[in-house]
Amino acid sequence: MKKLVILGAGTAGTMMLNKLSNVLEKDEWQITIVDQYETHYYQPGFLFIPFNIYNKKDVIKPKRDFFPTGTEVIISEIDKIEPGKNRVLLKNNKVLSYDYLIIATGSKVKPEETEGMKGELWYKNIFDFYTIEGALALQSFFKHWEGGKLVLNITEMPIKCPVAPLEFVFLADWFFTEQGIRDKVDIHFVTPLPGAFTKPRAASILGDFLDKKNINLTTEFNIAKVDNDNKKIVSWDEREIPFDVLVTIPTNMGDEAIERSGMGDELNFIPTDKHTLMAKGYDNIFVIGDATDLPSSKAGSVAHFEADILFENFLDVIEGRDPKAKFDGHANCFIESGFGKGILIDFNYDTEPLPGKFPLPGVGPFSLLEETKMNHYGKVMFRWMYWNSLIKGQELPIESNMSMAGKRL
Amino acid sequence: MSTVEVLGKQLELDADGNLANPEDWNEEIAKELAKQEGIDELTERHWMVINFMRKEYQEKGDAPSIRKLTKQSGVDTKELYQLFPKGPAKKAARIAGLPKPKGCI
Ligand SMILES: Cc1cc2nc3c(=O)[nH]c(=O)nc-3n(C[C@H](O)[C@H](O)[C@H](O)COP(=O)(O)OP(=O)(O)OC[C@H]3O[C@@H](n4cnc5c(N)ncnc54)[C@H](O)[C@@H]3O)c2cc1C
Repeated sequence: MKKLVILGAGTAGTMMLNKLSNVLEKDEWQITIVDQYETHYYQPGFLFIPFNIYNKKDVIKPKRDFFPTGTEVIISEIDKIEPGKNRVLLKNNKVLSYDYLIIATGSKVKPEETEGMKGELWYKNIFDFYTIEGALALQSFFKHWEGGKLVLNITEMPIKCPVAPLEFVFLADWFFTEQGIRDKVDIHFVTPLPGAFTKPRAASILGDFLDKKNINLTTEFNIAKVDNDNKKIVSWDEREIPFDVLVTIPTNMGDEAIERSGMGDELNFIPTDKHTLMAKGYDNIFVIGDATDLPSSKAGSVAHFEADILFENFLDVIEGRDPKAKFDGHANCFIESGFGKGILIDFNYDTEPLPGKFPLPGVGPFSLLEETKMNHYGKVMFRWMYWNSLIKGQELPIESNMSMAGKRL
Repeated sequence: MSTVEVLGKQLELDADGNLANPEDWNEEIAKELAKQEGIDELTERHWMVINFMRKEYQEKGDAPSIRKLTKQSGVDTKELYQLFPKGPAKKAARIAGLPKPKGCI
């Protein structure tokens, strides 16, 4: 029996498991998947929890619902990978040997990386919404908040779903308007980037949306510490921004298991070939999703496109062929912009987000870099697709490599 | 492709405004690039960072991020921002004649 071990049963790991278990012969392959938790979280849904649009029950399902029969499932924390010995050590003292390994351990927020962030105001006036706990704590806070300075701060790049912070302030604008207190809420978007987003054209268009929605923007702000006593964030070059409530996107890092394995960079992301998705320096290890160090966005849609490429390359490699499929960095993100509308961006390593129609040129139904109701429905539909087809490894009606059709230069 | 005139020579720049050809770089050019970034004089501490970046780039093929700089160059974050205000990794890479670090996307 040949052994395939998949580490992490989140978006990417679950998707790969389903795709590969469909094609690998049951009598030749033993597939094992490892995760520390029994619950699958729909992380894109966390964004909506503070605003009461979703609740906890809308974003969780048991992981086991998505595991095909015949899979060996192990619920345990991963201690470390020993790539030289082709084995993985688990915290429950089990040792798993493998012929092939797929690493899909994702990324997570580390507020303790910034001085004072996890200080006395943590979950009192300082919240994240990248965890279920943070999103729920913020939901309770907003229920009784009567207004003041709302500061959203991105600590450092890269972060997963780089559009989520923008969506957060757009939704806050809508939410406090609905609550009738928008005039009492000062919304401030504070980023280390030179603009509202990572890519120049989208940054300028999205920056205009911030303006229109009366949201302040401070750029090139690299946070050094949170001053809990005076409710301020302070940058390395000693600029200060006061807050009544701070919504932070803490530093995003790969899991400590990657560090313990000696396989990560300074943020515990794994050096990965940006086209083949193989771990650099290994011929039997693939990496997918947020765990990679690829210069693409860390998003579920990206993991989905990567899965198509990894699938083909995996089948090549186990047959002794060179991996031929090439990932192009394709990302496709619906940006919820409030008041029942949304904006869509589609881009890859080489092409920044451009205006146009998607996926059908001239027709759509979605519009790129424009605010429409249809784009909002796309976002709403994404949850249904996520649970019902995406993580089950089924095809979505979008090509894994980006297409220029319908885009305006 | 845009160019910049440094010490009487036209040097080619990449899309981010960094030197397109690392072989164009030398210490005199670094001093001029620094001036363009508002840094009038390169001190020994500046050079420590610049040299570390060049070494990393030669070994790894990518300019290091701020995190890597503070972990390994011997200069802490606070000082890095004093030496290269606003965007230390980006600015130091430009002065060192290297492409913008990949982590700065
Ligand atoms: C607020 C928010 C909004 C988002 N919005 C969108 C969106 O609109 N569209 C979009 O496409 N994407 C969005 N994303 C991003 C998307 O959720 C992630 O990119 C995606 O889940 C990545 O999948 P992954 O499998 O790489 O990681 P994950 O899904 O995070 O899975 C990693 C798994 O590995 C397990 N694991 C890690 N370390 C260990 C260990 N040591 N031992 C055992 N198990 C371990 C974890 O328990 C987890 O189950 C959003 C994310 C957030 C936080």
